[in-house]
This record gives sequence, structure tokens and C-alpha cells, in this order.
Amino acid sequence: MTFLTTTAQGTAPRRGRRTSIVPTAVLLLGALYTLLPIIWLLIATTKTNTQLGSMAPFRPAGSFVSNFDLLTQYNGGVFWNWLANSAIYAGGGAILSAAVSATAGYGFAKYRFRGKGFLFTMILIGMLVPAVVLAIPQYLLVAKIGLANTYWAVLIPSIISPYGIYLARIYAGSSVPDEVLEAARMDGSPEWRTYLRVALPMMTPGLVTVFLFQFVAIWNNFLLPWLMLSSENKYPLTVGLFTLLDAGTSQPSLYSLAITGALLSILPLIVLFFLLQRFWRVDLTAGSVK
Amino acid sequence: MSTVTSLYDEQSAASVSRTRRARPGKRHSPEPRRSPYLFVAPAVVLFVAVFLVPLGYTVYLSTQKTQVMGLGLGANARKQVSAGFSNYTTVLHDGEFWQSVLRALLYGCILIPVMLGLAVLFALILDAQRVRFQRFGRIAIFLPYAVPTLIGSIIWGMMYLPAFSPINSTLNELFGISGINFFGQHIVFLSVANIGVWGGTGFNMMVLYTALRSLPQEAYEAARLDGANERQISLRIKLPMIRPAVIMTAIFSTIATLQVFNEPYAMHQISYGGVSSTWTPLMTIYRDTYTANDVYLGSAESIVIALLMFVLSVAVLRLTNRQIFGGEAKS
Repeated sequence: MTFLTTTAQGTAPRRGRRTSIVPTAVLLLGALYTLLPIIWLLIATTKTNTQLGSMAPFRPAGSFVSNFDLLTQYNGGVFWNWLANSAIYAGGGAILSAAVSATAGYGFAKYRFRGKGFLFTMILIGMLVPAVVLAIPQYLLVAKIGLANTYWAVLIPSIISPYGIYLARIYAGSSVPDEVLEAARMDGSPEWRTYLRVALPMMTPGLVTVFLFQFVAIWNNFLLPWLMLSSENKYPLTVGLFTLLDAGTSQPSLYSLAITGALLSILPLIVLFFLLQRFWRVDLTAGSVK
Repeated sequence: MSTVTSLYDEQSAASVSRTRRARPGKRHSPEPRRSPYLFVAPAVVLFVAVFLVPLGYTVYLSTQKTQVMGLGLGANARKQVSAGFSNYTTVLHDGEFWQSVLRALLYGCILIPVMLGLAVLFALILDAQRVRFQRFGRIAIFLPYAVPTLIGSIIWGMMYLPAFSPINSTLNELFGISGINFFGQHIVFLSVANIGVWGGTGFNMMVLYTALRSLPQEAYEAARLDGANERQISLRIKLPMIRPAVIMTAIFSTIATLQVFNEPYAMHQISYGGVSSTWTPLMTIYRDTYTANDVYLGSAESIVIALLMFVLSVAVLRLTNRQIFGGEAKS
């Protein structure tokens, strides 16, 4: 177990003597704090509304299947629409975002051209422009060109990610050697083909990270789809569950549906999270990527 | 193709002779001139459409207002006219708006130190030696990042509900404390901030942990040989070295705080009025724009918030530089 933590420099530190009790306990307390609400949620999905109030909070009951059935039958099965929509918005948006970020990042990293510094700085400043200033005019403009309440209204603003472009530039700079591009150029390969055939495969591991972050950002987004969409069958999960909750305040029987929906909506991300664990590298001040 | 050529010509207008020479031999030229613009074009076009145009539109809208003609009836009874700075004057004198700003600041004063403090603590523990369960702890604490803030707010909101709060019943069983009202006038700040801490600690921890892992190990080998313990190495050597990452997380958290919306908006639905409809600035902007249907006032409020965020970010940059790492600059 102790050797799992690799040290990049190869100087194996002396480990495995006594366990430090206090830091280990603090770490476990932290884990308990983050896991308890999820555990409570898991158990709550097995209860009916009356059981939610009457039973001990961490003792499971047997109503998960009936809750699940009620949820999938709610409004003619609109929950499955929400799930599919979330997958479309997050999956489609993140793929497009990774593609645009990769192309731009490659352009910024591997070419010298006039206006490069200006364009890149402008996009970086975009990272600091608060979403609040953009949300309302984005909606008004989208409504003006007749795209309000369409899938495009949510997808298009999700494609551009200043942070993704910033990361892609770093990945391109560190993973694509100039000599390889030079050689391709000498062989007469057009620039776009060199990019697609040579550079893109080299950048792929980094681009998976860009994809993941954008996927989570879009999956988690509430305000944008909440402003842009008005038909229930176009909602993503976050907006759909919110409307369920909204209805629940006047009709408390919907609480158990909101709880079951909450669990089902976080499962896909948790799976993604475990499957692609090694790509979660969060390096805000990245100078290079190994 | 013609647009590309014109862009190309425009960019190299300064050196006509070089342009001429480059064109026929483009494929073999070591410095392609047209391609870089094609590579960055999709991103730049989208950036202009999604960031710059809306930003400009907000500024424009903030100087407009609706004028009602006559009795306000008929198709052309309402029209948009210039308002100068009158929307901004309204914002500056709007007590409800500034109360929501103060609430967000108070929320941030609770959230940011606790969240970043925990993130630093856990990151250092994950990077320390002789600590068990590091892999488990890392995954568990990062897990809430996979939970959308709105869903996290629903989960916590349910757990706060007096009718079936597991927190209250557990506290009652263990300590005999009962009936905490999580939506009470003062506790509600802690309740909302707790959702932010729960959702945000893991991500910031990973940022700092990644920074720690990229440090050269030699730096603390020497300290270890000199007899420094893990705690001293963590606080005196590692912490100052991940300073840029800490500053980045502080700035991003500050920006996020003033625009907090999802957590209090969900709580507004659950709390039966414990969280008002104008609890944070973004909620006020949302209400003024959509419920009260005054886009112009909402735009002016957005600009004011954006400026405040800019000022705060700069202030945080200076504070984090001076206070946390004050000792380092002198050496």
C-alpha cells in the first residue's frame, strides 16, 4: 500500500513507520462529512414520504422500487427526457468544447502570428467575466435570433471554455514537439492534416481532462438552461428536479420523488468519476503536464 | 476561401514583398501565415458571440429604460428610450440590492476561510507521510464535486427540513439537543455556507494537492534530515511553496461567492421564506429582470456586481499575498 504513492523524482522517502493518528483521524472525519449526505440520500430513497418523517434517518425501508416507479411515471416519464437531455447537453457540449479548445490551443502554442498575445489575453480575461453579467443578455440575444427554448440555446454557450483553451495550449506546448511538425511540413503535409493526424493524437490525454471538466460544468449547470428553456421536455436534470421540488412545496408527496431523482442524477457522474480517475488533474497554475 | 485570403492580406499588409513570396510556396514554408488564424478562428468567433457581444449588450441595456406613452395601451405604447445613468442611480439607492450584496459578502466571509482552510488542511494531509487511508480520503472528499450544486442543495435542504431532519434527530439522540431551526434568521447563513463548503472543498483540495505533488521532493528531504517533523514541513515548507495555487483558489472562490445563486435559490424553495427571493445579488437581479420585468435595471445591477467582483478580486490578491505568506517576502 505504501508504495502506491509514487514520487516523481525516484527518491523513495522512508515510509511505513508509525501511523500518524491525528492527521489520519482528521482525514477520516472529512470523508465522513462528505459521505454522510450521500449515504442519507441512498437510505432516503428507500422510504415513502411518511417514513421519511417517522423512521430513524439512517435505517433503510423497502420502498425504493415503488419510488423509482413513481418517478419514472411522473408526467408521462419526463424524467427519462431530463436524463437524456443532460447527456446530450453535457456530452455534446463537452466534445465540441474539447475540439474547439484543442484547435485553438494548438494554434496558440505552435504558431507565431500577429495579434496572438492580444487574442489569448482577451480569452483569458473571459475566465474572470462573471457569468452573472452574461446570463441575461445571452438569453435576450438568443431570443432575438429565435433560438430561445431550443437545444442550441444551451449548447452554444457551453462550447466556449476559456479555461479549456488555456489548458489545451499548455498540453499542445508540452506534448507536441516542434521537430515533428517541422518534419511533417518538409514532407509537404498540409497544416490541418498535420494537426489532425500527428498533433491531435499526442494531445489526447490532456483533452480527456478538458472534456471531463467541461462535461461536469455543463451537467451541473442550472442557471443557463433555467433561463433559456421553457418546455419541460427540454430540461436537463438540474432544472427538471428543481421544478419537481418547486411543485413539492405545495404537494409534499413529491419530496420522495425529488430525493430518488437526486440520487439517480448523481450516479452517472460518480461512475464517470471512478472510470476516468487518472484524468482528474486539477492544475490551475500548470506550467507543464506529465 | 476569399474571406480567408482577405484576412491573410490584411494581416501581412505591412510587408507586401514577404506576402508575395510566401503565397506560392505556402506548403513548404516553415512559417505558415494563414493557418494559425484558421486554428484559432472558431474559438475567437464563439468568444465574441458568447462573451463580448452579450457583455456590450448589458452595458448598452443598462443605459436604457422603458417609456410608457399615453395610457400604456396599444402596440407602440411602450418604447425603449435612453436613460443615461438613471438606472445606476436607482441601483445605488436600492436598499434591497445592497442588503443582498452584504448578505453575499457575509456568506463569503464564512464560506471562503472555512472551505479553503479545510482544502489546505486535507491537501497537506494527503501529501504527508505516515497517514493511512489517503486514497480513500481523497476520493471521498472529492466526491461532492460530482454532485451538481443544485442537487447538493436539494439534499441538504431536505436534511434541514424540520419534518425529517436527520441532523436534528441525531443531535437529539446523542446530545439531547433538539429543534434547531436551520432556516432561522442567523443560522441560515451557516446552513447555506455549509452547502458551499461541502460542495467546494474537494475541488480546491485537488487543486492544492496537484500543486503539492508537483513540488520537488528534495526540498523537504533536507529538512527531514535536520529533524523537522511532518507538521513543520507541511506548514513551513510546503504551504509557502503552493502559494500561487492558494491565491488562485481564493480569487476564483471570491468571484464565485458574489454570484452565488443555486444554493440559496434552491433553499428559497425549501425553506418557506427562511431564504428570501432577494437573498443574494444574483437572485435580486433575477427577480428584477424576470419577475419585475425590468431588464434595464437588471443590467445595471449586473454591471455594478461585475465591478464589485473586480475590486474584490484585486483586494483578495493583495490580502492573500500579504497576510498568509507575509513572512516569506523578507527572506
